Amino acid sequence: MFNSELMKKLSDCFSPSGREKKICEMIMDEIKDFADEITIDPLGNLIARKKGAGKKILFSAHMDQIGLIITHVDKKGFLRFANVGGLNAKELLGLRMVFLNGLEGVICQEELKDKETLLTSKLFLDVASTDEEFIRNNFHIGDMCVFKTEYYETEDCVICKAADDRIGCYILIEALKNHPKTDNDIYYVFSVQEEVGCRGAKTAGYTIEPDLAIAVDVTATGDTPDGIKMDVKLGGGAAIKLMDKSIITHTDVKELLTNTAEKNNIKYQYEILEFGGTDAGPIHTSREGVPSGVISIPTRNLHTSGEIFNKSDVEECIKLVIAVSK
Amino acid sequence: MFLNELTELSGVSGCEYEVRNYIKGKLSEMGCEFYVDKLGNIIAHNKGKKNKNIMLSAHMDEVGLIVSNIDSDGFIKFKAVGGIDQRVLNSKVVVIGENKIPGVIGSKAVHLMSEEERGSSLPIDKLYIDIGTSTKEETEKVVNIGDYAAFKSDYVEFGNNMIKAKALDNRAGCSIILELLSQNLDADFYGVFTVMEEVGLRGAETAAYQLEPDLGIVLEGTVCADMPEVDEHESSTFIGKGAVLSLMDNATIYDIETVRSAAKIAEDNNITYQYRRSTSGGNDAGVIHKTKRGAKVVAISVPCRYIHSSISVASKNDIDSALKLTKQVIIENQKGE
Repeated sequence: MFNSELMKKLSDCFSPSGREKKICEMIMDEIKDFADEITIDPLGNLIARKKGAGKKILFSAHMDQIGLIITHVDKKGFLRFANVGGLNAKELLGLRMVFLNGLEGVICQEELKDKETLLTSKLFLDVASTDEEFIRNNFHIGDMCVFKTEYYETEDCVICKAADDRIGCYILIEALKNHPKTDNDIYYVFSVQEEVGCRGAKTAGYTIEPDLAIAVDVTATGDTPDGIKMDVKLGGGAAIKLMDKSIITHTDVKELLTNTAEKNNIKYQYEILEFGGTDAGPIHTSREGVPSGVISIPTRNLHTSGEIFNKSDVEECIKLVIAVSK
Repeated sequence: MFLNELTELSGVSGCEYEVRNYIKGKLSEMGCEFYVDKLGNIIAHNKGKKNKNIMLSAHMDEVGLIVSNIDSDGFIKFKAVGGIDQRVLNSKVVVIGENKIPGVIGSKAVHLMSEEERGSSLPIDKLYIDIGTSTKEETEKVVNIGDYAAFKSDYVEFGNNMIKAKALDNRAGCSIILELLSQNLDADFYGVFTVMEEVGLRGAETAAYQLEPDLGIVLEGTVCADMPEVDEHESSTFIGKGAVLSLMDNATIYDIETVRSAAKIAEDNNITYQYRRSTSGGNDAGVIHKTKRGAKVVAISVPCRYIHSSISVASKNDIDSALKLTKQVIIENQKGE
């Protein structure tokens, strides 16, 4: 049964890269009764452990989301910004953004001369106030903001912001709540700063030194009109990644995931992504190396204010995480 | 002030020995405990009151050139080391190798250029270094492939407390750490002078691996864009407006609580500071915060005009602000809870 309330709460939580405090607190509150041990490391990764004498397995889902950072508040009260994570100027125009303090703004552009390319430096945020003092007191250089989008769901799918990778967090939370009886030593890592280069996962991988690592993150799909050529589709089940820019899945891990899915009647599909990377990238090259793989959630319209995923795929991912933990 | 002497030394990435020797000499004079690691980083220790492990870092290296070929007429072809501003290479004076052989970067005369060539800057493969020889043999007597060439540009004080010199990125940072090490503060910190920052933060990574800091403070000379043609919101920093605190760049999102507390420390101590408005570039913090279990990082910089060229300009007041702020941040962080 899909827990819409939890997913909505996760999606709505304000936490761009480097500012993950709020979601960290929320997840901690959600899992505190289920983990044997919870730590927060120097970069802010939230690490929940279910102790065991067996194999050390690390699951990682990142808490951060893409957003914008204010680089300047001009004399008239307009805000300039730079992107935090993979966003480009032409996708931003007209979007509503929200800050940690709940205040909002809309992305506008300077009048462009003919054929001029739209650059982020030509955009600004209008925070809907003519009161300069109000603006100066409430918006500061270094503040970040994220998309403002209403969570919405149908019978089988969800549209929300930051499905990348709150859906991964959701899966790990559900897996932890349904932690199976096992000897394995399981670490559920809710990592920071993935969107700017998988930075949190690097230190978490070092600290935990696992025998096996599985990132749980979204992936693109090839099932939309004139979309990218890719076999992954919504409703096709958990996607077992074979390769992306950051990892070539260890063959043993590919087999483990495939066999586990087969044995447990878990619907799965293989995924090859020709761009992007996940936490598994830095983890698999950590210390002496870690056999690693990725369980992906097929997601359309990635890195936009409305990402779309299928609830039954999520259920399959949860089942696969739990089955692999055993 | 060590800056005058520091900026007159050559220290292109991978060839920092002149700078290293100078700093080692100064540390010995001060009686400061230090060692040089395998990559050539200097790691000095100021012992004192300790609450956490603090690592200060400034890179010794500068952008420059490396000799790649000597042609039959004795002209020297070269490649860039680090992200050099290639537009400004032509007609600059350089010194090559250990013996500091003087040379001039040349190209064919403007008279011989096509209309198109005149309007644009010359790419690096159209330039050469002339050391006043006329045959390959003559050149080879004093210069070898693999020798480094560094810009030659004197340290000059001018205008309103301003400095013109080469390699202010990052001898400014080196001079600040040296100065702090000379003050015998009762606050514990490691002062690290790193190698090979300009080619990818390489020295800082091994230094952080050895020291495992809780807090990394990176001292830098950072890009300053207060020129007339740059829109206000695109100006990264302003000369004369004080020490620069970074919020985010290509390599790091700085720990916001540490950054805001540094700003508060500046305000409480009447130290002028500004935030860096740009998110481009990167510095040693990029590797320090991700090494081993991770560390919190801040960057405190001096705004430098024209960096990554043969000349840079900075304000002595800004250097002073960066020094004072760094000192207070160390002291506050070692006070304990």
